[in-house]
Amino acid sequence: MNEKYETHEHDVLIIGAGGAGLRAAVEALNQGASVGVVCKSLLGKAHTVMAEGGIAAAMANVDAADNWRTHFGDTMRGGKFLNNWRMAQLHAQEAPDRVRELEQWGALFDRTESGQIMQRAFGGHTFKRLCHVGDRTGLEIIRTLQDRGVSMGIDVYMECTVTRLLKDGDRIAGAFAYWREQGRFVVFKAKSIIIATGGIGKAWKITSNSWEYTGDGMALAYEAGAELTDMEFVQFHPTGMVWPPGVQGILVTEAVRGEGGVLRNRLGERFMEKYDPKKMELSTRDVVARSIYTEVREGRGTEHGGAYLDISHKPAEYVKRKLPGMYHQFKELADVDITKQPMEVGPTCHYVMGGIRVDAQSAQASIPGLFAAGEAAAGLHGANRLGGNSLSDLLVFGRRAGEAAAAHAKKTTAPSLDAAQIEDAAREMLEPFERGDGESPYEIHRELQDALQNLVGIYRNEDDLKRAVTEIEHFRERVARARVEGSRLFNPGWHLARDLKSMLTVAQCVTLSALARKESRGAHSRIDFPNYDAEWGRKNNVVVRDGERMVLRQVPVPEMPQELKQLFADDK
Amino acid sequence: MAEAILAVFRGNHAGGKEVEYRVPIAPGMVVLDALHYIQGHLAPDLAVRWNCKAGRCGSCSAEVNGRPRLTCKTRMDSLAQDKPITVSPMKTFPVIKDLVTDVSWNYQVNKKIPAFSPRPGVEWKMFQADVDRAQEFRKCIECFLCQDVCHVLRDHQKQEQYAGPRFFVRVAGLEMHPLDGLSRTKGVKERMGIGFCNITKCCSEVCPEGIRITDNAIIPLKERVVDEFYDPLVWIARKIGKSGGS
Repeated sequence: MNEKYETHEHDVLIIGAGGAGLRAAVEALNQGASVGVVCKSLLGKAHTVMAEGGIAAAMANVDAADNWRTHFGDTMRGGKFLNNWRMAQLHAQEAPDRVRELEQWGALFDRTESGQIMQRAFGGHTFKRLCHVGDRTGLEIIRTLQDRGVSMGIDVYMECTVTRLLKDGDRIAGAFAYWREQGRFVVFKAKSIIIATGGIGKAWKITSNSWEYTGDGMALAYEAGAELTDMEFVQFHPTGMVWPPGVQGILVTEAVRGEGGVLRNRLGERFMEKYDPKKMELSTRDVVARSIYTEVREGRGTEHGGAYLDISHKPAEYVKRKLPGMYHQFKELADVDITKQPMEVGPTCHYVMGGIRVDAQSAQASIPGLFAAGEAAAGLHGANRLGGNSLSDLLVFGRRAGEAAAAHAKKTTAPSLDAAQIEDAAREMLEPFERGDGESPYEIHRELQDALQNLVGIYRNEDDLKRAVTEIEHFRERVARARVEGSRLFNPGWHLARDLKSMLTVAQCVTLSALARKESRGAHSRIDFPNYDAEWGRKNNVVVRDGERMVLRQVPVPEMPQELKQLFADDK
Repeated sequence: MAEAILAVFRGNHAGGKEVEYRVPIAPGMVVLDALHYIQGHLAPDLAVRWNCKAGRCGSCSAEVNGRPRLTCKTRMDSLAQDKPITVSPMKTFPVIKDLVTDVSWNYQVNKKIPAFSPRPGVEWKMFQADVDRAQEFRKCIECFLCQDVCHVLRDHQKQEQYAGPRFFVRVAGLEMHPLDGLSRTKGVKERMGIGFCNITKCCSEVCPEGIRITDNAIIPLKERVVDEFYDPLVWIARKIGKSGGS
């Protein structure tokens, strides 16, 4: 390549500046490492800002009986016991300290009457444990971490997209990226890399996820040879907006139900009574999502194909204070006043429990020098994630990843960069401009979104999944010939043509894993295998690259020690 | 199907022009939807910054019919349809391409603000009434529309001497945090140039979060500056304190 590119060297490079990435950055800096953070969007605008519910932590500020063991139990049950028990234990034990730390760094949560951090109820949690501020806890977290990181002196490379991990033999050496602004290339050299790039929702048509959620980090790890796991478990949040068309999928926080909102069908029935009479609206997300989907499919849906979520029975001032974001979102985008009228809601692709396979304590992936935390990593949530457990996940494992990555960098010699890998990465990015014709990447994206929405959605079956595998292959061929117009100066079409490759890699992982798991468990529902299978209940799917092939195998779910098994002795 | 005409700025730092695009209208459509339509069907390299599409990330700031707005929250049906709808980049910041501007100056200003610093030995207990004020400021999504509209930056280019409304909001959030132990008043007066604000309140008008920037953040900070640096009684008391003290 004859163009010049910048090179930056750090002990630890973090890809992604959401809650997990920034918490990792703060910790790695604490350990004395030189830290660089690369992010696709502007600093402080990662998808974490959308998190509305709260941070799940057993602080017992409202329900004095709460403790880490109950939180651990709730998480394991929610995950249908496919979780990595050690991650669930560390998460429950360490979340309260991580919340207190945020407060010490300036975060201002809503308060209880006695001056402590307020906690609210949420689906699947036995006790009220979600620490929150209104319905903007995600914003509070990212701003606090951003302020902390900036004051400690992190180097942030904003609006920069990593397209390839560079390796020195078997270990991580760095990353190749481009600046979205000017389109120039940049190379990072690093001893440790932490992937904190979030999820994959943009591959589906109806999603609550932001523009940047194209599965980049998972695809990068996969291409570099790291293992991914649990990819079949994609969470469809039960309540996304359904109308008007432009806002389809945008999140309606579970906090609405946490604050007393109820679900009704077209006939005015509180239909959750049929599906989970004990927990009703605060059942786990997979159950509620399937319930709404079923009500709609059986003809009891609302005008625009959803269910009614109603909180108008609560005092208007209370709703406006606790759920201001929701109030404005519906007022301005759908002409609905939630203090007086019900909201129309329906399932939306929201989160992926699967991701990069990591060690429970160090967040290390299967390649030396590679780490992962947050939504991009897998194991904590098993087959289904509880609301509130993601924000605590970011803090607990962001910190562990930062600590381990810094320690790894300390005891590692500097890697060498391979010019051939850099050349190849540059050629991949320049190539689309050299093609004379081809399709618009936007067209391909639209069709991919439709395909996954229809074939790899809430309810799956063998025929649909097999068709999806073929479709993904075709999309891959089309992307290889996609047309890019214009120059390299801030060219979203060019960026999309590359992002599509990540989406396709991840889509293939999800589809193959879903095909393999011949049972229904947690968020993964097979119409052709509607029940639990005891064998599958003891295994996780693992996906890894072997040359050009994607290879799937199963590994046993790690077994819990006896003193933790006791906690479930009374479960029927 | 009904159509609207959008006149969108296409260009870069060296200049550009408005280009008209016809966009079919769907119910409840917002300007960002129209921009996506243009990207997807008419101009694949139209540079638009956006992320959440729900008014929470502050990425999609632009000027619609001359007014600073978030394009994801600007309903097409709230705009006059009988003439082209102009969509331009934020005027105060240098254009990178089309609707994307260089907002890095804001991040530079931010770095200089001393961080939250709890008083030593503080007890981590706060009541809702004590945090209400600071919580209002922490709603800020850093959309920079207030920075864009403030004439001190927009028309008078005082970037070297004036930090802008967003950062007075940030400082107010720190100063009014019940457990913070620092005073940032000197910086507010000297480095951040609060004196340049003449209470025009355009910032408060454009804030998508409805933060009462001028009344709740800037004016109280101005009052603190006056108390500390311009109150004759305080000045005299200091003089006496210095000469009488050890």
